[in-house]
Amino acid sequence: MAEMDTSGGGGHKKGPGVKKSKKLSTRVDLTPMVDLGFLLITFFIFTTTMSQPTAMKLILPKDTEKPEEQNKVKESGALSLLLGKNNAVYYYEGTLAPDGSNFKSTNYKEIRTVIIDKKKSTNPEDFVVVIKPGPESTYKNTVDILDEMTINEVKRYAMVDLFPIERQMMVATEGGGPMPTAPAPAAAPAAK
Amino acid sequence: MTAMCDVAFLLLSFFILTTKFKPAEALAVTTPKSVSTNPAEQKDVVMITMDSKGKIYFSVSDDAQEEKQTIIDEVNQQKALGLSDADKKAFTRSGSYIGVPFSQMKSYLALSTDQLQKLDKPGIPVDSANNELQVWVRAAYAAFQGSKMKLLIKGDNEAKYPSFKGVIDALKRNEIFKFQMITDPEGVPPGTALYQKNNGPSQPAAK
Repeated sequence: MAEMDTSGGGGHKKGPGVKKSKKLSTRVDLTPMVDLGFLLITFFIFTTTMSQPTAMKLILPKDTEKPEEQNKVKESGALSLLLGKNNAVYYYEGTLAPDGSNFKSTNYKEIRTVIIDKKKSTNPEDFVVVIKPGPESTYKNTVDILDEMTINEVKRYAMVDLFPIERQMMVATEGGGPMPTAPAPAAAPAAK
Repeated sequence: MTAMCDVAFLLLSFFILTTKFKPAEALAVTTPKSVSTNPAEQKDVVMITMDSKGKIYFSVSDDAQEEKQTIIDEVNQQKALGLSDADKKAFTRSGSYIGVPFSQMKSYLALSTDQLQKLDKPGIPVDSANNELQVWVRAAYAAFQGSKMKLLIKGDNEAKYPSFKGVIDALKRNEIFKFQMITDPEGVPPGTALYQKNNGPSQPAAK
């Protein structure tokens, strides 16, 4: 279809007395148009943004100074996640032992199993995740952990500031220095 | 050939109609990913941006011209910045954003868009002693009274947590406890609780 009909209608022999009449072809060469079409398609494919940004909702509780309005967390059901630098996550269950023996380190890939295990082993009503982002952690880390709460359907979680003792322990672990009492958790490698 | 031509132009019209050019972003921010699926709001948006160095910027979407005017009037009056009408106009122009403390506001608004690009902006202070973002948020909240304000936080992956905490503090002090964070969509990892919920309980639990 796209080729030009150049035969000029002289396809079959006419009789000797018939004058050869030049028939104009009605067919148009489409190749340049198709070329242009595909060029434009390529352009629009590359410039289009198919995925719209999404938004993640976060609702914070009101800070309150009154102890009777504060929520109490059962020790058995609490899981504290501490976000350190270089995509490291530290966690402990319940309260932090004075010698730091239950202070463990992991990374963002394995934290999910920790959360799932804890969720399974505790009474759903008592289960609370306490998120404590450290000053060295990034915004991405925070969003990842909040996302992890959505993924694992953790209903109750809170964002709290680090305690000084936890900060010290994190620094000690990150510094690579051997912890005298803890089972020397090696600094977790970066998640990616 | 005709068929191919038809398909090509069908595709072409599809892409022409669906394409939406990204507005040139004044601030380059790579947002983190999340499994959230609800699209980000586009209208009546008050956006707080954190860049990769943790600097804070404040901007209002362009469809809310009146509110923008109210915000800058309010801040000007409250902080006695002494802005002229031309300065205020600079704030209401399309795509404007604030990235300096109040002390530099006047000279900042006098700059043209090109000059702003080159300027090394210090960001809005959000430390607990001097949280200027709080003033901006309060002004925005007051200006949007009536129509619903959508508060969006757009942070860069590399921004450190203390900046985010400063933003949260600024919101909390204004009694705003509900906001949204802009993220890129991401698939839900299979086998997790959310995955099973989304795909119905008939799926065999991968354990």
